[in-house]
Amino acid sequence: MIVLENIIKSYPMGKRELVVLRGIDLKVEKGEMVAIMGPSGSGKTTLLNVLGCLDKPTSGKYFFDGREVSNLGRGELADLRGKKIGFIFQTFNLLPQLSALANVELGLRYAGKSDSKAAMEALEKVGLADRAKHLPSELSGGEQQRVAIARAFVKKAPLMLADEPTGNLDSRTGAEIMSILTSLHSEYGMTMIMITHDSRIANYCQRIIHIEDGQIKSEERI
Amino acid sequence: MKRWVEPITSAWSGILGHKLRSFLTILGVVIGVSAVITLMSVGKGTTSRVVSSIQSLGANVITIRPGFTTSGGVRGAFGSASTLTMEDAQAIQGQIENVLAVAPSTSRFYQAVYGSENLNVSAVGTTVSYLQTNNITVAEGDFFSEYEYQHNARVVVLGSTVKETLFGDEDAVGKTIRLGSYRLEVVGVLAAKGSSMSSPDSSVILPLTTLQQMGGITRNNKGYRIISSITVAVTDQKYSSQVKQDITELLRERHELTADSNDDFTITSMEDIINQLTEVSNYMTILLGAIAGISLLVGGIGVMNIMLVSVIERTREIGIRKALGARESDIWGQFLIEAVMLTFTGGIIGVGIGWGASIMVSKMLTTTVITADIIALAVSVAVAIGVFFGFYPAWQASRLNPIEALRHE
Repeated sequence: MIVLENIIKSYPMGKRELVVLRGIDLKVEKGEMVAIMGPSGSGKTTLLNVLGCLDKPTSGKYFFDGREVSNLGRGELADLRGKKIGFIFQTFNLLPQLSALANVELGLRYAGKSDSKAAMEALEKVGLADRAKHLPSELSGGEQQRVAIARAFVKKAPLMLADEPTGNLDSRTGAEIMSILTSLHSEYGMTMIMITHDSRIANYCQRIIHIEDGQIKSEERI
Repeated sequence: MKRWVEPITSAWSGILGHKLRSFLTILGVVIGVSAVITLMSVGKGTTSRVVSSIQSLGANVITIRPGFTTSGGVRGAFGSASTLTMEDAQAIQGQIENVLAVAPSTSRFYQAVYGSENLNVSAVGTTVSYLQTNNITVAEGDFFSEYEYQHNARVVVLGSTVKETLFGDEDAVGKTIRLGSYRLEVVGVLAAKGSSMSSPDSSVILPLTTLQQMGGITRNNKGYRIISSITVAVTDQKYSSQVKQDITELLRERHELTADSNDDFTITSMEDIINQLTEVSNYMTILLGAIAGISLLVGGIGVMNIMLVSVIERTREIGIRKALGARESDIWGQFLIEAVMLTFTGGIIGVGIGWGASIMVSKMLTTTVITADIIALAVSVAVAIGVFFGFYPAWQASRLNPIEALRHE
């Protein structure tokens, strides 16, 4: 599903280059659920951005479903994000002016689909059908993250990326979110990659990848 | 289709979410559009009023006057030449098609006396057709008749001011007044025409034949009676220019003008005057519209300002949309739609206010005319301003880096 070959990512910092990713080689099989762990500044968010086609690697090759995407244009990357990748953020990132249902529909919009029935079904899946008309500000943190999951999942993207999906939630709510994610994963079998600090969260996954200083230090299978 | 619905609803909720700010943003456009509507309606109203007041003088009328005399390089006053004759008028009447009536006229100054009152008046000698060609109405009594014209009857019709001055409230019809040393019977009084060009109010009108008998008419070297103007009424306004051309040819022939010499008369149709005044008035309307347009421009700059602020405020939203797969064109379109919706809403409100203002102006000051093209112009200019001033902020929004945008607080 995903193959990274010697991915290097550096940013210009004044006159010097700040190298964030120093040669990442990674394979993720279709349907895998992978956690990425590492101290802050280790480059895990940058890695997720590269995986999510939000950022291009400075060098190295990225194959998505067998297709090399590391040198696609901005428009093609946008289309890839719209159709194939679902994002879940630590801070939920719902649009405050839109209802829960409209936020979920937004996940379909840039995939070129439009189906409020599918959006409603996605909300049912995360148990928020009765909150469809509420604005994000009227929902609790856990509920907002469930809306965000519905938004990422509604287009049935083959890849779901989550950046600290439980980072802003208490542990009980975090566990709820994780059980929703694992049940979606076991039902639809999409590939899931998530960043987390929390080893309890990481333990929901099948594989844990440890990153330090922009390199993969170790991997463990559960 | 749906691709356009979401940005519109999203823009609406953005606009409604910042009611005061949106209101202040579109206020400039509202003021601009309503100023354009009001001023242009005043301009159009003025045009139509000018045209209708000219038309009240008779829209189907052509006036012929003698040309200039030139002696030793000095050009005489307008109408100073003695080239127009009674016989010219008869030729026009007899030989030109689509002519309803021809009224030759000439005037002379006399002192009019009644009892102890006196007044210097211009005595206009003409034919019965004058009533038709000059669009005047008789208020009391009658105009002189064809019979009276044929028999050089000593009769006179008074302009309203003359009647006022000489008779006051007294009845004038049937009384006798003196013009110089001649005594004439008043047969009628004209209705007041108000102050307009060559108003007949302060003149008296009598048969040309009578004026001739009173020695008020001179003859040229061919023995023709010299007159100062010929007024021609055309059967329909549409024949105006054709008749004008025919008369020009006829008079050039009668006056034995060679092909290279200028006309020795001037011929003006009411249509020409209306066209000229309409043109002037239209320029005024455009000028007023342009001045109002400046305020529209200022309104547009306000929209751009707020759109730039809005892009910064919604950086995170742009990042989210990009993460969800929005292309640059999607973001660009969304912000452009929002800017256009702001100015369009401003345009619609402006049309309402401008319309109301123009109705108020028409009640208090002057005629105003609102036409569909003024409204269409104002609204489309407002939309164009949205596109123009929304372009740069929308482009800026579309170029944002999604990662930095997502990190934006």
